[in-house]
Amino acid sequence: MSTIKLRAKDKDGVVTVKALVSHPMETGLRKDKKTGNKIPAHFINTVTGEANGKTVMTAYWSGGISKNPYLSFKFKGAKVGDTVKLSWADNTGKSDSGEVKVK
Amino acid sequence: MQRRTFLKGSLAASAAGVAAGAGLLVPGSVLAEWNTAAFGAKDINEAMTAIAGGAGEASGDIKIKAPDIAENGAVVPVTVTSSIAGTESISIFAANNATPLTSSYTMGEGAEGYVSIRIKMGKTADVVALVKAGGKVYSAKKEVKVTIGGCGG
Repeated sequence: MSTIKLRAKDKDGVVTVKALVSHPMETGLRKDKKTGNKIPAHFINTVTGEANGKTVMTAYWSGGISKNPYLSFKFKGAKVGDTVKLSWADNTGKSDSGEVKVK
Repeated sequence: MQRRTFLKGSLAASAAGVAAGAGLLVPGSVLAEWNTAAFGAKDINEAMTAIAGGAGEASGDIKIKAPDIAENGAVVPVTVTSSIAGTESISIFAANNATPLTSSYTMGEGAEGYVSIRIKMGKTADVVALVKAGGKVYSAKKEVKVTIGGCGG
């Protein structure tokens, strides 16, 4: 099961990518209410958007991005049927990626 | 002891092999660019200097769309649009967060100066967007009132 829901829509040559990622995005500041211990920081720190083998956007995130993060960006250079890929990596070394065809 | 070191070494090697085999999804060079100083800065001016080289000059060509009042500080939608030619990067701050820099975006080939995300805000503050273009830094800000803080602290 991918953690990424991805859409890419072309309008007049500009592709709008919308992504929703499942991730706790813990800042490391929150305390567990029962134990009083800090919940360790666990957040996506880099996201890469690619189209036709080229990196279109690189995002650097912190725990300041909301849980189950949403991201949308736009670019030129892909047409309907091309593949857009989104990859993320977090501070614990986990990663995932997803692909979608431009509609 | 030598046997243990050997075993640890081989375990590490195989783990690295698995990671390499899985195809490091985000290149190591990208991870290396995560700006620790900027993301760790507790003062917004320090964060802006670390990520963009300065606070920049105010620009009307940067639009920030964000709610006037955010009922839930844990999820504040922010959209930044820059119509400045040659926008290379956009960085977004919440001035009163413990660490103000929330995120930074580098526009690749063909990318527009546009990003839409949801951020956490600890309390009412200016949301500041910094744009780097053509070797200069530009900024815009919008105050967002927060009724329930979103950092859980």
